[in-house]
Amino acid sequence: MKEVNHFRRVVLWWLATSIPATLIVVLVLAPGMPPGNATTEASGVTVDNTLFLGISVPVSFAVLVFFIYSLIVFRERNPSVVTEGPALRGHPGVQLWWIVITIGVVLFLTAYGTIRLLQDGSGGGQGPNPIAAPDPPHGAKPLQVQVVAQQWRFDFRFPSYGGVQTSQLELPTNTLIEFHVTSLDVIHEFWAYQLGVKADANPGVDNIAYVTTKGPLAFNVRCGELCGLWHGYMFNSGRVVPKTQFATWIAQQQRTFAPIQKALPPYSRTYFPEPQRRGG
Amino acid sequence: MSAIAVTTTPKAPLWRRLIGFNLLTGIVLAAGGYILGHFIGDHIQGANLNYYSTEAGQNDVAVLLGYFLGVVGFLVGLGFANYPISRMLGHPPTLAEKESAEEGGLRYFSLSTDHKVVAMQYLVGIGFFFFIAGLNAMLIRTELLQPNSHVFGANQYLTLVGMHGTMMMGMMTSSILGPFANWLVPLMIGSRRMAFPRIEAFTFWILMAAGSVLMTTIVFGGFQTGWTGYEPLGAQGTAGFDAYLAFFTLVGISMCLLGFNLLATVIVMRRPGMTWSRVSIFVWGVITTAFLMMLASPMLAAALMMGMMDRTIQTAFFDPGYGGSSYLWQNLFWVFGHPEVYIVALPGFGIVLEMLPVFTRKPLWGYRVAVAGMLGVAFLSWFVWQHHLFMSGIDADLRPFYMLSTELISIPTGFIFLSAMGTLWRGRIRFTVPMWFCLAWAFNFLWGGISGVFLSDVPSDVLTHGSFFSMAHFHYTIMGGLVFTFFAAIYYWVPKMTGFKFNELLSKIHFWSLFIAFNSTFGPLFAVGWLGQPRRVVTYPAFLQPLNDWVSASAYVIGLSMLVFLVNVVWSLLFKREPAEANPWHSKSIEFQLPTPVPVHDFDRLPVFDPDPYPYGEPVPAPVYASGGGQT
Repeated sequence: MKEVNHFRRVVLWWLATSIPATLIVVLVLAPGMPPGNATTEASGVTVDNTLFLGISVPVSFAVLVFFIYSLIVFRERNPSVVTEGPALRGHPGVQLWWIVITIGVVLFLTAYGTIRLLQDGSGGGQGPNPIAAPDPPHGAKPLQVQVVAQQWRFDFRFPSYGGVQTSQLELPTNTLIEFHVTSLDVIHEFWAYQLGVKADANPGVDNIAYVTTKGPLAFNVRCGELCGLWHGYMFNSGRVVPKTQFATWIAQQQRTFAPIQKALPPYSRTYFPEPQRRGG
Repeated sequence: MSAIAVTTTPKAPLWRRLIGFNLLTGIVLAAGGYILGHFIGDHIQGANLNYYSTEAGQNDVAVLLGYFLGVVGFLVGLGFANYPISRMLGHPPTLAEKESAEEGGLRYFSLSTDHKVVAMQYLVGIGFFFFIAGLNAMLIRTELLQPNSHVFGANQYLTLVGMHGTMMMGMMTSSILGPFANWLVPLMIGSRRMAFPRIEAFTFWILMAAGSVLMTTIVFGGFQTGWTGYEPLGAQGTAGFDAYLAFFTLVGISMCLLGFNLLATVIVMRRPGMTWSRVSIFVWGVITTAFLMMLASPMLAAALMMGMMDRTIQTAFFDPGYGGSSYLWQNLFWVFGHPEVYIVALPGFGIVLEMLPVFTRKPLWGYRVAVAGMLGVAFLSWFVWQHHLFMSGIDADLRPFYMLSTELISIPTGFIFLSAMGTLWRGRIRFTVPMWFCLAWAFNFLWGGISGVFLSDVPSDVLTHGSFFSMAHFHYTIMGGLVFTFFAAIYYWVPKMTGFKFNELLSKIHFWSLFIAFNSTFGPLFAVGWLGQPRRVVTYPAFLQPLNDWVSASAYVIGLSMLVFLVNVVWSLLFKREPAEANPWHSKSIEFQLPTPVPVHDFDRLPVFDPDPYPYGEPVPAPVYASGGGQT
C-alpha cells in the first residue's frame, strides 16, 4: 500500500483555505475596518490592521488546518482497544524551521511597528518628549490643543488663542493638531475614536499626541481609563470643520468665555493637581 | 472527598471533636481579632484623615488593623501557632499534623500537612470563589443588556467589575498550582511530601482568609477601581478599597509561599535518579510558574503596602497632589501583573502537554523544545510590562523595546504549540472529556495569541488599548487558557483524587456548552472593542446594543454550563459515588499506577521511574540499510 504523504496534504489544504480567506480579509473586510480613514493617523492604523490581519489569517489557518486534519485523520478508529502510536520524539529539521519562521514573523512585525511608530506616533500619547512628530501639511505650524480631563468631563484649551477654555472641541481641516493631554485629579484617557487618537491623562503630566486632520468630520471622545463613579458617562463629541468656520467658532468661544477666562488659572502645560485627601 | 478508611476505634462525640484547633475556632478567633483590631484602630486615630472614608463614616486605620488581627486570629484558631510555640518550649520537631486517615472528614476543616488533603481543600475552596466571581460576571452582563438604563447603579456596577476581576485573578491564579501541583508534584518526583508541609497548609488557609476579606468590601460600599486598583483613584476609595488592598496583599503572600514551596520541593525532594530530563512536563510547567510566583508577588505586596501607608500613615507615594506619582503604581503593579498573566498561562501549557501523550498514545514530541518554551516564557515575561503603558505618557523611548520583547514572547509560546502539534501527528487520538478541553485550549489560546499582536504593536494598540478588544484578548488567554485546562485537570485527575467517576454525559454537555458559549461570548467582544466601547463602562452607544445583548445571552449559557458542572460534581461525587478505576486513561505516569485512593504516605517503597516520562508508542523501526534486516 502506498504511504500517504500527510504533510503534503496538510500543506495543500492550508493553501486551499488560507489563500482565499486572506484575500477576502485583506481586500474586502479590512479596508472598511475601524477607525476608518478620517485622519492621516486613523488611515495609518487601518493600514496596519489590514497588514496584521493579512499575516494573522494564514498563521492561524496553518494551526487550525493542522489540528482539524490531525483530529480527523489520526483519530483512533477503535477506541475500545488501546493501540500505541509511533514513538516519534522530535524532528530537528521541523524544529529548526519552526524557530526560523516564527523569529522571522516576529522580527518583521516589530520592525514594521517600530518604523510606523517613528513616522508619526500613530496617534498615541507619547509623553512630554515625543519621539515622533509628523510634518505639518504645507509647512504650517501645528495647532496646539490642550485636553484637560477631570472627574468626569473633558475641557479644551487653545494656547494660541489666549488660552481660551471651551467645553466642545472643534478642529480645522488639513491641519496638524498637537494634543496636550493632562488631568486635574485621577488617570483618565482621551480617546477620540474617529481621529485615531488615544492618550492617557495623568495628573501633573503633559502627554502629547499628534493627529493630522483631513476633511470635515464629526467624532466621539470617550474616557478610556477607569476613573471612578461616572466613568461610563465621561464622553464628549467634536467636529473637524473648514478653516474659516473654525476661525469664526474660536472667536465666538473667546467672546463667550471671556468672563470665565479671568477666573481660570493661566495656561500652563500642567496644572497642580488637587490632593486626594486632607493634609495631615 | 476521598473515601475515608473505616475506623474500628470508637470516636469521640461530634461536639467534642469540634472543639480544638479547626476552622470553627479559626472563624471565632477571626471575628474576635477583627473587633479587637477595629477597637485599637479607633483609639489610635479617632477621626481618620482620609477625606473620602471619613465622609462615609469609616476609619481606614481601624479597618486595616481589624483585617490584620482577624487574619492572625484565624490562623491561630486553625493551629498555626501551636508548632512554633511548642518548639520554643523545647519540644522536639515533628513533621506531620493530621495526616492519618483515621481522623476522618474533619481533617479537611483544619490544618493538615498531608499534601493530598491540602490539594482537596484548595480545589473546593478555590472552586467556591470561582463560582462567586463567575456570578459577578453574570450580573455585569445583566447590566450591559441595556445601553443606558440600569439594573444596578454605577457604583454597584463598578464594584461587580472589580470583584469579578480581583477575585478571579487573585484566587484562580493558584487554581492549578494549589490543587493539582500540591497533589501531583510529590508523586511525580517520587517524594512522600512537600518540602514545607506547614507552609503548604498556610498558603491555602491564608488564601481563604483573603477571599473572605474581599467579600467584606460589600459592607463598606465596594470599590471603584477594577482589579488594577489604579492610583490616585484608589486614594478616593472608601474602606471598600482597604478590602481590596488587604485581599491582594494576602494573596501575594500566599502565592509567594506557594511558589517558594513548590520550587524547593522540585529542586531538593526529587527521588535519586530523577534527573531534570526525566521529570514530567507538568512539573516543568509548575516550576516555571512557581519561579514567577515567588518573584513577582512580593512586588505586588510591596505596592499594596505603599497604598495602605498612603491611606493610613499619610505617606504620598501615589498622590501627585503631594509630590507622588501616578505612574509609580502603574509600573509596580504591572511588574507584578505581567508575569502574573504567564503565571496563569504556564500551568495550562504543562497540563495540555501532560495529557496529549496519553490520549494520542505517543511520547511527548520535542520534550526539550517544550521545556525551552516554558523557560523562555518565564524569562521574557519580566521584560514586557510597559506594553500596558503604551498610551500612558511615560517616556516613549523604550516603546520599540517593549514592542520587541512582547512580540518575542510569542516564539517560546510557539514552541508549546509545536510540541502539541508534533504529539498529535500520526497519533492514535482518543477523544475523552479531558482531551476535548486540551484541544479547546489550543483553539482558544490561538485566538488569544493572534489578538495579542494587535495589542503589542503600538500602532494598532492605539485603537485596541483599554477597549473591549483587550478585554476579549485576555479572556481568551486566561479563561480559554487557564479555566479550560483547569477543567481538563479536574476531569482527568479528580476521579483519581476522590476515587469516584464523573457522569460522562453531563461532562460532555458541560464541555460543549462551555466551549461554544465561551467563543460566542468573547468572539463578538473583539468587534465591540474595535467599534469603540471602552472597558468598564456602565453605558455604551445604542448601536452596540445588539452585539452586547448577544454577548450577554451567550454569557448566561456559560453560567448554565457551569451549573451543569456543579450538578455533575454533586451528583457524581456526593450521591452516585461510582468507584473510578485505578487507571481510567491507561496512563503510564506514576500517579495512575498507585491504588485509588492514594495511600496517606503515597508509596510503600519509592518507585523506579522510566528514563522517558512518556514511554508511549511503538518503537519506530530503524531504517533498514543492510541486508538481513528481516523486513521486505
